[in-house]
Amino acid sequence: MRAISNNRKAFNTAIALTLGLFMSFPIIWILILSFKSELDAIGNPLQVLLSSWTLDSFSTVQGRSDYLKHFSNSVIISLGSTFLALLVAIPSAWAMAFVPGKQTKNILMWMLSTKMLPPVGVLIPIYLLFRDYGLLDTRVGLVIILTLINLPIIIWMLYTYFKEIPVDILEAARMDGAGLKQEILYVLTPMAIPGIASTLILNIILAWNEAFWTINLTASNAAPLTAFIASYSSPEGLFYAKLSAASIMAIAPILIMGWFSQKQLVRGLTFGAVK
Amino acid sequence: MGSITLKNVTKSFDDVEVIPQVNIEIRDGEFVVFVGPSGCGKSTLLRIIAGLEDVTSGVVEINNQDATTLPPADRSLAMVFQSYALYPHMSVRKNIAFPLRMAKIDKVEQDKRIETVAKVLNLTDYLERRPAQLSGGQRQRVAIGRAIVREPSAFLFDEPLSNLDAALRVEMRLEISELHKKLRTTMIYVTHDQIEAMTMADKIVVLQAGVIEQVGSPMELYDKPCNKFVAGFIGSPKMNFLEGSEADKYNAHTIGVRPEHISISKTKGQLVGTVGVVEHLGSDTYLHVSCENSNEQMIVRADANNGFKYGDKIHLTLDIKNIHRFNNHGVCIYETP
Repeated sequence: MRAISNNRKAFNTAIALTLGLFMSFPIIWILILSFKSELDAIGNPLQVLLSSWTLDSFSTVQGRSDYLKHFSNSVIISLGSTFLALLVAIPSAWAMAFVPGKQTKNILMWMLSTKMLPPVGVLIPIYLLFRDYGLLDTRVGLVIILTLINLPIIIWMLYTYFKEIPVDILEAARMDGAGLKQEILYVLTPMAIPGIASTLILNIILAWNEAFWTINLTASNAAPLTAFIASYSSPEGLFYAKLSAASIMAIAPILIMGWFSQKQLVRGLTFGAVK
Repeated sequence: MGSITLKNVTKSFDDVEVIPQVNIEIRDGEFVVFVGPSGCGKSTLLRIIAGLEDVTSGVVEINNQDATTLPPADRSLAMVFQSYALYPHMSVRKNIAFPLRMAKIDKVEQDKRIETVAKVLNLTDYLERRPAQLSGGQRQRVAIGRAIVREPSAFLFDEPLSNLDAALRVEMRLEISELHKKLRTTMIYVTHDQIEAMTMADKIVVLQAGVIEQVGSPMELYDKPCNKFVAGFIGSPKMNFLEGSEADKYNAHTIGVRPEHISISKTKGQLVGTVGVVEHLGSDTYLHVSCENSNEQMIVRADANNGFKYGDKIHLTLDIKNIHRFNNHGVCIYETP
C-alpha cells in the first residue's frame, strides 16, 4: 500500500465533505425552509438565511391534515409489507440457495426483470383489479402491492446471504433429526439474522418511500406520508414553507431509523461483494 | 442394532456416473472404513447411506428395512462432518442437545445425557462456550458428542480428522477407536488416508472411480491385495513395482515388493542401484534407490544405522516369500510359479 501524506488526507477529507454537503444540500435547505414563514421562504437565499425562525408551518400542516394518521399508515404499510414479504422470501431463498434446480438462475433473473418494468405500465390493470376487489384506498391493498413489488429484491438479498451459509450445517441439522420446518426455524434463520436484519431495514425504507403506488391507489383513508407530502405540492400553488415542513415530518422518522441502522445497512448492501 | 446393506446401488449426477454399481454389507457393530483417492465416490457413498443424496437406482437397507427413500432425519444415523458443521449460534450444550430437542426428549433426560457425553469427551468445562471459542480438536469432540448423544444405530464419519494438525489427528484417531470399543456401535468412516484406514478399521473397503476394488480386514489387504491398485494404495511407503526382465523371472507381468521386504548389502544382491535421498525417521530409515537396469525408483526400509549415504552403490535382495505377482491387467496371481 502507498503511504498517503497528511496534506493529501486533509485534501481528500475536504473534497469528501464538500461532496457530501453538495449532495445533502436539498434536504438541508428543506429543513431550513420548514422553519421560515411562507413569505421569507420564497425570498432570495440570503433573505431566507437571515430572516427569523418560526414553527408556524409545522402547526399549520398539523392543523390542516392528520399527521398521525398518515404516519401510522406508513408504519403499518411498510412493516406489514416487509414482514409478509420475508415470510414468503425466506423459504424461497432457502430453496434457491440450497436445492437449486436447472432453472434457478433464470428464475432469479426473471424476478429481477420485473423491477425493470416501469410501474406505470401496469397501473391500469392493477388499478382495475384493486377497484374490483375493493382494495382501493385500503391499507391491506397497499400491503399487498408493496409486498409484491419488493419481493424480488428481498429474495435476491436473502439468496446471497443464504449462499454464504455452509450447507454442511443444514445437512447436520437434517442428520440430527430436524425436519424442513425446524431446519429453517432453528438453524438457518438464526444464522442468517444479520442478513435478514439488513434486508428488513432496507425494505422498510423502500416501502416507506414508495410513492408511485401509494399515491395512485389511495385517496385519504390509507394514504401514507408520501401521499401526505404530495397533497402539499400543487393544488393552491406552491407553499414552500408548508411543503418543506410536511416533507421534514415525513422523512424524519425513516432518516432517524436509517441513521441508527446504517452499519447494518451498509453491510447488507455490500454483502457478498468481497469475501 | 445397526446393520447397513447397499444392494446394486448406482449414482449419477446428471450424465456423469459416479458410482456404477455397489454392493456392500455392513454388520452390526463393525468399524468399516471407505478409503480411496479423492473423487473415488467414497463420500458420495456415505451421503447415500446418510440419505443426503438419493440413489439413482438400487436399495439401501438399514437394520434389514428398506430405507432408500427415507429422509435423513428418520434413519437414526448420526454423522460427523469434515467441517464439524457445528451450529455457530448455539453453545456447546445446545449443540449437543439439538438432536435430543428434535427427538422431543424431556429436559431432565436431556441434561443427564449431555452431562454423560460431556464427561466422556472431556467437554464439561466448555459446555457454555460457543463453537468459535473452541480449538479444532474441541470442535471435533463437540461434533462427536452431538453424534453419540442420540444413541443412533450407526455413526457416519466423513473425513473427520483432515482439518486437524498431525499430532491431534493421531490423538483423535485413538479416541474414536476407543469410543468404538466402548459403544460397540456400527461406524462407517470415510478417509483418503490409508494409515487411518489401517489403524482403525475392522473392515476396509477400497474404492476407485466408484468401484469397490477390495473388501477385507487391514491385514488381509496388506498381505493379499487383489490387484495393483490396492497393493499400491495400502501400505506406507508404497509398494515397489518392477516390470520387465525382473518380473519375467517370477513368471509375471509386474512384481510388487514392499519396502520392508528388501534386504540391502554393500557387496552382493539381485539388483544393483545407487542410493538417492535418505530419509531418517529415527526408528527406521528409508532409502530411495535408482536401480541400474530399470528406470524405477525403489524405496527400501533399512535400519537406522545402515551406513549408506547419498550416491553410494547398493545391492538389493527381494524376499521371495513376500513378492506379489500381477498379470498384465494388474490383477494379482496367487498360485505359486
